[in-house]
Amino acid sequence: MNEQSIVIMDAVNLNYHSPEGETPALEDISLSVSKGEFISIVGPSGCGKTTILSLIAGLIRPTSGRILIEGKEVDGPSSKTGYMLQQDHLFEWRTIQQNVLLGLEIQGKITKENKRRAIHLLETYGLADFRDHYPWQLSGGMRQRVALIRTLAINPDLLLLDEPFSALDYQTRLALSDEVAGIIRKEEKTALLVTHDISEAISMSDRILVLSKRPGSVKSEYSIHLTGENRSPVELRKAPEFRNYFNKIWKELDVHVS
Amino acid sequence: MSVNKRHNNDSPEHLAYLNKIKQKEIAVRVSQIAILLAFLALWELAASLKWIDSFITSQPTRIWNTIRNLYQTGELYRHVFVTLYETIIGFTLGTITGTAIAIVLWWSDFAAKVADPYLVVLNSLPKVALGPIIIVWMGAGTASIVTMALLVSVIVTVIGVLNGFLDVSPDKIKLLKTFGATKRQILTKVVLPASIPTIISALKINVGMSWVGVIVGEFLVSKAGLGYLAVYGGQVFQLDLVMTSVIIMLVAAALMYQGVAWLEKRYMKGRR
Repeated sequence: MNEQSIVIMDAVNLNYHSPEGETPALEDISLSVSKGEFISIVGPSGCGKTTILSLIAGLIRPTSGRILIEGKEVDGPSSKTGYMLQQDHLFEWRTIQQNVLLGLEIQGKITKENKRRAIHLLETYGLADFRDHYPWQLSGGMRQRVALIRTLAINPDLLLLDEPFSALDYQTRLALSDEVAGIIRKEEKTALLVTHDISEAISMSDRILVLSKRPGSVKSEYSIHLTGENRSPVELRKAPEFRNYFNKIWKELDVHVS
Repeated sequence: MSVNKRHNNDSPEHLAYLNKIKQKEIAVRVSQIAILLAFLALWELAASLKWIDSFITSQPTRIWNTIRNLYQTGELYRHVFVTLYETIIGFTLGTITGTAIAIVLWWSDFAAKVADPYLVVLNSLPKVALGPIIIVWMGAGTASIVTMALLVSVIVTVIGVLNGFLDVSPDKIKLLKTFGATKRQILTKVVLPASIPTIISALKINVGMSWVGVIVGEFLVSKAGLGYLAVYGGQVFQLDLVMTSVIIMLVAAALMYQGVAWLEKRYMKGRR
């Protein structure tokens, strides 16, 4: 945990309360994410992967432990973090441009400069022609790209990606993960990706955390080093080390169909 | 890229397809008009050939004459205006009050839980039964009639609109929360706009509801209006007058419904 850490979770526990009782969801989670790093969290379903993102985003409070972003304790949503959900959730009554400006609007930061930046993002990532279109006129992959730009428009340092590709078909998913990885690298963002797709995690990340079953705790950690000239996730899937990582993490996850 | 565009150079096959749709639409419309005309013609014929007693059933030409007479004496406008005025006020008040209550109940989960049994009971109560009470409280006049229209439509609106609010996807709300949205922003940026289709269908129901309220109100207390005309016609055994007022109501209610449908089309533009 050095000064370069943008996110630090220190011995975080979280219990869920319901009339049926108290369920421990996360147990003693400690992690740190360095600036510019791309980290993936994989784990069995229901292990609390998404909960970790909600905690960092300031949507819920931990039962115990500390969460710091850039050295400051998280006490609510901040413009330093951008959250991307599984579905694009573009508002059907807004045009693409109006959708992209949503975050700035909420935060009261619609300035000329911010607006220009957001529109520039649309242009850079091939959506300029669709500014005045409505969401239903776009394909699933394009919509999710708009959702990413909506997140980037508030200029966060840290991106929290909650299975952002899982609602897409396989081809779109591959193409989009490639593109998103490129965008994130180009915009020099730090990213925390939650996924249940092991290949996706290996091909996109610098580091992978494997969570245990509920209550989720960090079971193991892998630093990913794939050899390849091209840094694109699709190409990196062909790296010789890929299979190795896959097998190890697969075993670790201990998936049983019962 | 799934951009829908109409191309000018459509293939003959596609043109034939479009043509077929168009023809079907025309056939439906022609049949609808034909049924209406046939009904009116049969009614007229049956009355003039004395198959039915036109004193009791009236007949289209007699209704037409009644309308003309009312028009010439200037009474037509007065009655239509009074009823329309009451209906539109009742409709607007019912919709606005209902939506406002729904917003309060959405805002406070506690209030919604407390209000629930009251809403259920009030919803099943025939509001018309409150008529005599309203007249005693509000006096025998327009205020009572408008209140009647308001009461008939308000509870349905509350229930319909609140359900619409609660149907808004929790993930859309989560998205706004990640941007740090306040509860007020969640209401104005997502809950209300997402519920516009629900609110419009509430409006459609309220058109009918407020007409019920106003006509019942006019039956009970009034000196003018289409409901008054119908009751008066019944009392003096002038079925022409009763039928005439019913037909004018039909036309007016249909126009009002069309108005809401037009609103719907305008607001749903661009949505899918």
